[in-house]
Amino acid sequence: MIVLENLRKDYGGKAALDGVSLAVRRGELFAYLGPNGAGKSTTIRILTGLTRLSGGRATVGGADIETAPLAAKRHCGVVMQHVNVDSDLTLWENLDIHGRLFGMSRADRTRRSEELLAYVGLDARADDLVGTLSGGMKRRLMIARALMHRPRVLFLDEPTVGLDAEIRRRIWGLIKTIQSEGTTVFLTTHYIEEAEFLADRVAFLDGGRLRALDTPQALIARVGAWALDHATEGGMTTEYFHDHEVAQRAALGCTDGLTLRRANLEDAFLSLTSKAVQA
Amino acid sequence: MNGIGAVYLRELRILKRRAGRHLLGMTVSPLLYLIAFGAAMGGATRVDGHTYLEFLLPGLVAMTCMTQSYGAATEINIARFYLHVFEEFQSAPISSAAYVAGEVLAGMTRAAFGVAVILLLGAAFGVTLRVGPWFFLAVALDAWVFASLAVLLAMLVKSHASQSLLTAFVITPMAFLGGTFFPVEHLPEWAQVPLYLLPLTHAAHAIRADAFGHPPNPADFFVLSGAGVLVFGVALRSVGRARD
Repeated sequence: MIVLENLRKDYGGKAALDGVSLAVRRGELFAYLGPNGAGKSTTIRILTGLTRLSGGRATVGGADIETAPLAAKRHCGVVMQHVNVDSDLTLWENLDIHGRLFGMSRADRTRRSEELLAYVGLDARADDLVGTLSGGMKRRLMIARALMHRPRVLFLDEPTVGLDAEIRRRIWGLIKTIQSEGTTVFLTTHYIEEAEFLADRVAFLDGGRLRALDTPQALIARVGAWALDHATEGGMTTEYFHDHEVAQRAALGCTDGLTLRRANLEDAFLSLTSKAVQA
Repeated sequence: MNGIGAVYLRELRILKRRAGRHLLGMTVSPLLYLIAFGAAMGGATRVDGHTYLEFLLPGLVAMTCMTQSYGAATEINIARFYLHVFEEFQSAPISSAAYVAGEVLAGMTRAAFGVAVILLLGAAFGVTLRVGPWFFLAVALDAWVFASLAVLLAMLVKSHASQSLLTAFVITPMAFLGGTFFPVEHLPEWAQVPLYLLPLTHAAHAIRADAFGHPPNPADFFVLSGAGVLVFGVALRSVGRARD
């Protein structure tokens, strides 16, 4: 559904994306994980037509984003990291304008707006100005707007950043439902637990380069099932073990403060991207 | 076509929602010009056989048409840098032409309201302009040129501050030197040359000629049309380049 071939983006001679190649399958929930500045948002901006690529090639739904941009855009719904709904318009007007931009008929716009506002729990606020909504509500409206034209791919750029735990869980549920209805979801996040909870497959991006790509379980298995954290004066170091007994023996032999626990996606990320944990 | 309608409708809805503020903004400056330059200072002055108020009013029509259509730049700027709504248009399957046409139409609509306000203010000061087809054509071309310029400059700038700077260097001098407040022909010839390069000079000429019942000067319409085609064309290209 989404194919990136050696995708590059340079800003003033510095590579924000350095030859990223990957393919996202139809109906998949794909998480693109990396620290701030890794190139996650740049990838989404390129795929949705907001930013020009510097090299390589990308297709969405089979349409090349450079040679057939309008066809590619028809497949895409996008929820950006920052709020970009029109605060001077009502919720309904925001969805209506979006529907018009995608050539939807009046009847379809009306039906779909009602359906989506109910879907994201904002139907009672349809005629309110967006400026009166809370941050979480705006985020849900952005998701509704992105789904308005029934896209085949939904791009979510840090959809839960800055939201409290309850709203974040609610949006996770919404994302899962959207995927279960057949939409391919391309999610960027720097919340590792978000990727672990939601994604079918996870790509680790760091410094504009793809470091690893696999299912969360397979990525964790690459580093080991068990993690032994050593708290030291210089910070914290972690050792990984595939075997629990070996991990326990190693723990018994240590004298510094330590914790033995199951390895998680964060361990896989830190290990596979060679990031040291700073205390 | 869908794209033009969507972009235009968005601007119209915002215009409607802020109608009170816009109306106030459209009224205050021209009202002050009419009081200060027209009624007070120019009360006893006659220009080319007309009272100064009669001379000033068509110039104010041309100037208001320019400032209101150029005002689209501020709206685009806000949509681009503060609300980020411009991304909604960039990620939609619409052409640059549809976007520019929608924004230009919105700018021209604002200009139409501004011109209506000036005509009403003029009537309140006892000056009623003759409004014929050449008047409308000149107003439409004036609005088209400056709404297109608004889109072009809004796409080129990187911040709201740059936008204000461009307004100060491009629009404000033109407002005062483009035949609004004095006949350009009264200046020395060397000074007239650059002023005749300004689209506003030709808009003021064309509007004033029709308002006074004089035959239209084709050169005014030629310059305005040429400027419109040029600026609209460059604005189309600038939208594509606005992708970072």
